[in-house]
Amino acid sequence: MVERRPLLDFITHAVLLLGVAVIAFPVYVTFVASTITAEEVLAAPMTLVPGPHLLENYKEAWLHGAGNSAAPVRTMMFNSLVSALVIAIGKIAISLVSAFAIVYFRFPLRMFFFWMIFVTLMLPVEVRILPTYKIVSDLSMLDSYAGLTLPLIASATATFLFRQFFLTIPDELAEAARIDGAGPMRFFWDVVVPMSKTSMAALFVIQFIYGWNQYLWPLIVTTQEDYYTVVIGIKRMIAGGGEASVEWHLVMATAMMAMLPPAVVVILMQKWFVKGLVDTEK
Amino acid sequence: MEKRVVFRSRWLPYLLVAPQLAITIVFFFLPAGQAIWQSLLQEDPFGTSTEFIGLENFATLFADEHYLASFRVTAIFSVLVAGFGLAISLVLAVFADRVVRGAGVYKTLLIWPYAVAHAVAAVLWLFLFNPTLGVVAHWIKGLGIGWDPLLDGNDAMVLVVVAAVWNQISYNFLFFLAGLQSIPKSLIEAAAIDGAGPGRRFWTIVFPLLSPTTFFLLVVNIVFAFFNTFAIIDAATGGGPGQATEILVYKVYKDGFKALDLGSSAAQSVVLMAIVIGLTVLQFKWIERKVQY
Repeated sequence: MVERRPLLDFITHAVLLLGVAVIAFPVYVTFVASTITAEEVLAAPMTLVPGPHLLENYKEAWLHGAGNSAAPVRTMMFNSLVSALVIAIGKIAISLVSAFAIVYFRFPLRMFFFWMIFVTLMLPVEVRILPTYKIVSDLSMLDSYAGLTLPLIASATATFLFRQFFLTIPDELAEAARIDGAGPMRFFWDVVVPMSKTSMAALFVIQFIYGWNQYLWPLIVTTQEDYYTVVIGIKRMIAGGGEASVEWHLVMATAMMAMLPPAVVVILMQKWFVKGLVDTEK
Repeated sequence: MEKRVVFRSRWLPYLLVAPQLAITIVFFFLPAGQAIWQSLLQEDPFGTSTEFIGLENFATLFADEHYLASFRVTAIFSVLVAGFGLAISLVLAVFADRVVRGAGVYKTLLIWPYAVAHAVAAVLWLFLFNPTLGVVAHWIKGLGIGWDPLLDGNDAMVLVVVAAVWNQISYNFLFFLAGLQSIPKSLIEAAAIDGAGPGRRFWTIVFPLLSPTTFFLLVVNIVFAFFNTFAIIDAATGGGPGQATEILVYKVYKDGFKALDLGSSAAQSVVLMAIVIGLTVLQFKWIERKVQY
């Protein structure tokens, strides 16, 4: 702070509090809607005071789901967790080894491979959706965890991030390892992996959220309720049927549960989250 | 930049890049190639007859007023999302940068919407804006303004823009805050000593120094509005009413999966790929000046 300006300080806090309140408002209303009965939700305008039905609504959604999608939330949360973990860990694993190869070896086609990985940055799943679906269907991976996760595992950003980081590891370490007779894999496990832990943690937070929040891809590769993730489960709950048939109190309970894991990850691992966001954009 | 010390092995590097390359080839290059090839063909929905027709799909596409309308919708949507998203988060970041005590608390309270899935954000706002039971819709009607995003195209656009901006604010906020904190305090202090007030300091020093961040965020937000908002559109409006919120990525999906017009959908994919490549090049042009590889 450069100088004292009490009025400006007041305005500062007022604006920030207003921002926080407006941003939190939709989630607050969602929370309230998840604690009252279906009839109370339909009474326009809905109350803004939480009701007493929190436990029974969450239990109902957790065990039986809601509306047109009969998949219980526990199944969908499990599917989301599996896909988010497989996508996050898979991305980190394959990017780590490919970046290691590209930085620590000289081999024919090295730069060609690097550019091949780079170009994938330019092909988001949204723009090549139909042919990708066709390939996954030809490999008979529809309605499976492999189909949900594998196509999303390749990651140019993670490969870049690790490459950047490896380039900052002092050459002396590799030299010392070679003089001591350590092979490349020994060097990888004993030096590179332990040094990369911070980058891995940062990437994990970002990729876990990315995996948990996937929408378009699970929407088209899953037709059986057993494989729905919670994000598309919510969409199925409100799709089809008339306005009145949507069980909003259960949908909102599901939405609260769907938001919880990634929000907890962001808040508890905030330092790594910020680092991950900033690093992946370099 | 290259490593001076490297390891030697004939086969090991290939083995290490193999998983990444296999997935890249199977799920990126094959589909992209197929989209390009398919965009030159005319096929009926059952795949019984296929005919090579050159660039005819593209010609049809650009003569199709629905496609051109979708371009307009995408342009309006991304300008609104990027404009409001950047403006609101810049205001919040500038004020958060002023706070001495409690800055961390504000930061935590402002960044969590990033964790909310786009589709979930869309459902939350859909609920608030629902013409019969939404709380916000009720307030709007209380002001005597007609409101029905299911029937009115402009209302539907407001709904998806609000949901998208809400979802993106935390990202913009974090980058603006980091940008603000990297501006040397001595510059600001010097200006203050010369008698420049906070408003003057912002417009003549802070805002110009922040321009690389602003430009970077502008590109990121446009990419976000173009490609990542599919979930918001699908969950909130389904592109409707009519075509009012049908952005380009939604149209690719709708024409391919619902109308089964494969040739047109593939041609649209190719057009979108060209747009992404253009935007990515733009983004990397910016990064080149800042980061040394």
